[in-house]
Amino acid sequence: MHWNTGYQEEALPLLARFVAQFKGAEAVVVPSSSCVAMMRDHYPKMAEQLNDAALKHDVEELLPKVFEFSEFLTKRLGLEDVGAYYPHRVTYHASCHGLRNLGLGDGPLRLLKAVRGIDLVELQGLEQCCGFGGTFAVKNAEVSSAMLAEKTTAILNTKAEACTACDNSCLMHIQGALHRQRTGVQTVHLAEILASDEGTR
Amino acid sequence: MSGTALDPRTAPVFPMAARAAMGDTQLRKNVRHATDVIQAKRARVVGEMPDWQELRESGRRIRQHTMEHLDVYLEQFEENCTRAGGVVHWARDAAEARRIIVDLVKATGSDEVIKIKSMTTEEIQLNKALEAAGIHPFETDLAELIIQLGEDQPSHIVVPALHKNRQQIREIFQRKMNLPDLGEKPQDLADAARMFLREKFLRVKTGVSGANFLIAETGGVCVVESEGNGRMCLTLPETLITVAGIDKVVPRFQDLEVLLQLLPRSATGERMNPYNSIWTGVNAADGPKAFHIVLMDNARTEILADEEGRQTLNCIRCGACQNACPVYRQTGGHAYGSVYAGPIGAILTPQLMEMEHAQSLPYASSLCGACYEVCPVKINIPEVLIHLRNKVVEQNGIMNAEALAMRAMGIIFQSERRFRAAQRMGRLAESPLVRKDGQGQGWIGWLPGLLGGWTQVRDLQSMPEETFRDWWEKRGKNGR
Repeated sequence: MHWNTGYQEEALPLLARFVAQFKGAEAVVVPSSSCVAMMRDHYPKMAEQLNDAALKHDVEELLPKVFEFSEFLTKRLGLEDVGAYYPHRVTYHASCHGLRNLGLGDGPLRLLKAVRGIDLVELQGLEQCCGFGGTFAVKNAEVSSAMLAEKTTAILNTKAEACTACDNSCLMHIQGALHRQRTGVQTVHLAEILASDEGTR
Repeated sequence: MSGTALDPRTAPVFPMAARAAMGDTQLRKNVRHATDVIQAKRARVVGEMPDWQELRESGRRIRQHTMEHLDVYLEQFEENCTRAGGVVHWARDAAEARRIIVDLVKATGSDEVIKIKSMTTEEIQLNKALEAAGIHPFETDLAELIIQLGEDQPSHIVVPALHKNRQQIREIFQRKMNLPDLGEKPQDLADAARMFLREKFLRVKTGVSGANFLIAETGGVCVVESEGNGRMCLTLPETLITVAGIDKVVPRFQDLEVLLQLLPRSATGERMNPYNSIWTGVNAADGPKAFHIVLMDNARTEILADEEGRQTLNCIRCGACQNACPVYRQTGGHAYGSVYAGPIGAILTPQLMEMEHAQSLPYASSLCGACYEVCPVKINIPEVLIHLRNKVVEQNGIMNAEALAMRAMGIIFQSERRFRAAQRMGRLAESPLVRKDGQGQGWIGWLPGLLGGWTQVRDLQSMPEETFRDWWEKRGKNGR
């Protein structure tokens, strides 16, 4: 948030904090593609800016162990069917950072297709931004709203009960409008669907 | 939109201008339709290129190499163009470029010029300067003609009248060409424009153009277009005056092999432009007898000096980023207050203004990255946007609400104790705003101040009773 809004000076100490917290972890799994994109795309440059050789080394060591949630399952563990059961009509929104910065491709969709009972419907304009963009949603609230309107229209057109994604920020944004309009359509994180089984239903 | 030129010095901030533009239903329908059509065409012709990514990389390297040795290639261009009979002029800024061009036209003795579509002449507001000197400029590109007759402003760098539909164009032609019975079929409109323009092509003795590429190795200039009107302007007049930013140079003729594949596919979804004109100085047997080229800096050197911003100059003006941008899709081009709209405009305009104007433009993006994905020379527009945002933040100083809030959050995020305390305080602070729904879930429907932008059309779920950290710790003890 700090970095992308232009507050680079304020963002720099957060890098050292993150590294200290997660250093030594076998894997760091992040349920938000934009957070992973921030780390992969900017952390090395930030460490460079701080001119701290030890931190730079730690960042280089840590980054390959950081995974976006779906990526961890498909690429690190080689899983597709995690034995989930989710008997609902669901559509999937491809979050921008997952799609373009992380190259998640059809990984999340392959995980969803393997879920028993799911009725997966394709979202029109799948790759189009929902309009969140961090502080963009408040700085350019009207444009953001118009982008969101296109997204929720596409979601409603699928007649899905739920919209899923790999990024909580997009989901919070989309959910905000779906709830305001009392559409009765929910947003659920991919992890929530994959964690559902007959027992939890 | 009135006939007032798009000028970043006087334009309203982007959120204000966007609000006005988004109230225009017709405009929004036209922009959505046009960008959908061009994007689909682009996707088709890009999809048939197995080596598209390699081509993009080649394009990026050519442009980056050029920028690293711009001084060398510009002087090489000057030498070769001069040897071929062209006259090279250097302009430090827009005012100097206007002065040179106006003086050159005056020297020919004509009080009219025919023009090829050129965003550089729009950037320097050349038409206004010509008119002030008693010289009438005739735009001959169909879209620019529509803009000029409609007393409008360009909203796209490749398709300047993208915001107008056929019915609106017909209405402009009926009025300005005095053709009350004009039909609305594309053929009718093209015929009317042809009749109107042919007479100008044959009569006017001076042409003004921009340039797509300047070839250092040969001193040649390249213009690509779809209509052939540009070809007329380049070949029929006695005097040709071209104005180009110094960023338009490429080292070798051979480099066009890459760039002339990337440009048409990205810009108009064509495999090749219907008209590719390349001329070198003057030729006694054919074409204009006098050729002048104005090489204009206008802040490009300052952009070049900025290590992180300089990739902006690699742009080959294809407009693919505008078509792909979900923000541009909603607002159209005029909201950017600059002839350079959309993602490339959001990074180019403030830099051309040396960060003294257009500071709201780096924020006119959700950083979705669609622009970077389609850019034929791989300009990382989101990265430059973030870089420029940092410059804006530094300009604004620390004594404002946003900066103070960012600083405070930075401090909170650095300590677990402070973070937990902030979560508790957050729950307390939000409680008067929270309403429970039927499922017992808390929702906020109204937020004060800047955050109010959120609740215009969205609710916000209240903070959960149990945080992830709480759950994680409890889970550890229970083993589940």
